Amino acid sequence: MVEEKEIVIRRLNTARDLGKFMSEYYYELDAASKSGDKKIAWCTSVGPAEILRGLGFLVYFPETHSAMLGTTRMATELIPVANAIGYSPEICSYLTADVGAFLRNVTPLSKAFPGIEKVPRPDVLVYNTNQCRDVQDWFAFYAHRFNVPLLGINSYRGVGDVTGSHLASIKMQLENLIEPLEKIMGKKFDMDLFREAVKLSRECSDLWEQTLATASAKPSPLSFFDGTTLMGPAVVGRGTEAANNCYRMLNSELRERVDKGIGVIDNEKHRIYWDGMPVWGRLGQHSKLFAGLGANVIASTYCSSWIFSALDPKDPFESMARAYTELFIVRDDNYKENYIRNKLDFFDVDGVVYHNSRTCPNNTNCLYGMHQRLEKETGIPSLVIDGDLNDLRCLSDEQTRTNVEAFIEQLEENA
Amino acid sequence: MSQARKLYAGADIGASRTKVVLIDEDRKICGHATEKSGTDFTQTSERCLRLALAMAGTGKESIAGAVSTGYGRKNVAFSNDTKTEIACHARGCFHYFPEAITIIDIGGQDNKIIKIDGTGRRTAFKMNRKCAAGTGAFLEEMAMRLDIPLEDMNGLAELSTDMVKLGSYCTVFSGTEVLENIRHGKKVEDIVKGLFYSVIIRIVEMDSFTDTVVFTGGVIAHNRFMAEMAREILGKEILIPEHPQLTGALGAALYALHDDETEMLGKMDF
Repeated sequence: MVEEKEIVIRRLNTARDLGKFMSEYYYELDAASKSGDKKIAWCTSVGPAEILRGLGFLVYFPETHSAMLGTTRMATELIPVANAIGYSPEICSYLTADVGAFLRNVTPLSKAFPGIEKVPRPDVLVYNTNQCRDVQDWFAFYAHRFNVPLLGINSYRGVGDVTGSHLASIKMQLENLIEPLEKIMGKKFDMDLFREAVKLSRECSDLWEQTLATASAKPSPLSFFDGTTLMGPAVVGRGTEAANNCYRMLNSELRERVDKGIGVIDNEKHRIYWDGMPVWGRLGQHSKLFAGLGANVIASTYCSSWIFSALDPKDPFESMARAYTELFIVRDDNYKENYIRNKLDFFDVDGVVYHNSRTCPNNTNCLYGMHQRLEKETGIPSLVIDGDLNDLRCLSDEQTRTNVEAFIEQLEENA
Repeated sequence: MSQARKLYAGADIGASRTKVVLIDEDRKICGHATEKSGTDFTQTSERCLRLALAMAGTGKESIAGAVSTGYGRKNVAFSNDTKTEIACHARGCFHYFPEAITIIDIGGQDNKIIKIDGTGRRTAFKMNRKCAAGTGAFLEEMAMRLDIPLEDMNGLAELSTDMVKLGSYCTVFSGTEVLENIRHGKKVEDIVKGLFYSVIIRIVEMDSFTDTVVFTGGVIAHNRFMAEMAREILGKEILIPEHPQLTGALGAALYALHDDETEMLGKMDF
């Protein structure tokens, strides 16, 4: 019988510090929810968090909660609860898992952070449809349940060049949020606080970009699977100094690894790019699967989606409009193709894995032939795996394993 | 029995059938066996190995190397290495047809499209999505619905004069369509040909086919009429190797031989 090889995956020490940040973040929200002494805004992952911070809201991100439902593998049992009240199994499984958890009155926060029994109660819900239309419906459910205001930005999709009219519209929508938010908060919008949040957000973005760029080293000190959890503070904490400090520590450790030539796995033979959502309930399994084959998934479209280089405190509204319209996810396929091509080049990638996520077509880039076009243009082979971000009923572990092993075999034989 | 005789074993533990092939140093098949995989892959593969060795007229001591493949590839006790079924089908088919080919393998649980260039280099592959459409499992399910033995399907399809086209790619929906056609008095042979057509179309829509097409797998081994239909649908010649159900196991055996030759070369003092 063929013996299983020992798999080495080196954990980062600063992951613990980032975990501490996440813990403090959720305890602060929980305390505010229980006492009611601070107002809480729910915000979509690339929603206008800086404006909310400028008004002094604590900001909670349901998408991160849903990712936790995925990693804890609670999601698959909760999705049918939402299906039963009319939310289709074909729509975003972040939405269905989160709504299912709410209806069942359960949360993974209770397991991770003892004493937290439920998600923080919102005073307002603010979305940006730059992620997808599902976030609007998702937040609408909670607006009804909690009887709180629902505000939002309706973004453009399939954007080629970002034009003045795109920016003018989004900027106006951002500015129009201020008045209703002031009423909810009961105080005037503080432009200085807002500028500070934009400044800190930009710093966070730059630091996160530096984090991801370390993966261009050979061997890479970082993997995509690390990135999916290390990005937590960049998602929930952007606009705060505490989040930025996390990344300063992390980058210092990563630079040390690069200087010493320490890779996240031993014997990095193949450098893989991941496009699409992670399969949250299979992070560990996928990480070991690739590492066991001498393949390191070093970079991804997903983790790079929290880089907002346009943010500028000198012109906060306009720059927010630009940053949140320049996003990969809202762009047309020409832009996306160029973007991925540049990443493949920068990270010196040998192969690309596209995750065809059943319930997240917006984060799936192999549905309109792009993967085949890119393969032809770059000569870099690609693989499509079927799965889902949260709904484990949509994937076959055996097929994934065979596909990945066959893909790495192909890379090896053609090297 | 010659002491010097060296054989190489390939074991393909598929979802439906386990296949073992033995080849000699000249790459000739000298023994093979096929059995239902069942629930104990280790035992089934051992049984197949014994049968193949009996056909080859030799014992286990002749085996100089073994590679396993298929879903149960990690459960083969006599294997020295594992390869995916995609690699093995490619290797096995290129052995028969050393040219640029596109392989369509229809197995019990999945189907695969594998492209190899004129040097035998694999350039791309695809597997079906997690769905029985276009696989042996689909035909098994439909044979049950029609209450006919699986092995009668090929003969029935050949008798068809007015094929029934089935529209759905879902096995459950297709089952409903089959029932509807029975209710409307359609002939079983016309429905069976429609099922064959459905399997081929599900595969054809997975990719584009430019090179010579080679069909492999248990489904084609037992339903040769399907290849004739595919020839018409694709409008090109379809090649079928001598043992279409054994190409994965043959490929595994060829890998075992290659590994042994590489090791021998490594030991040589040039």
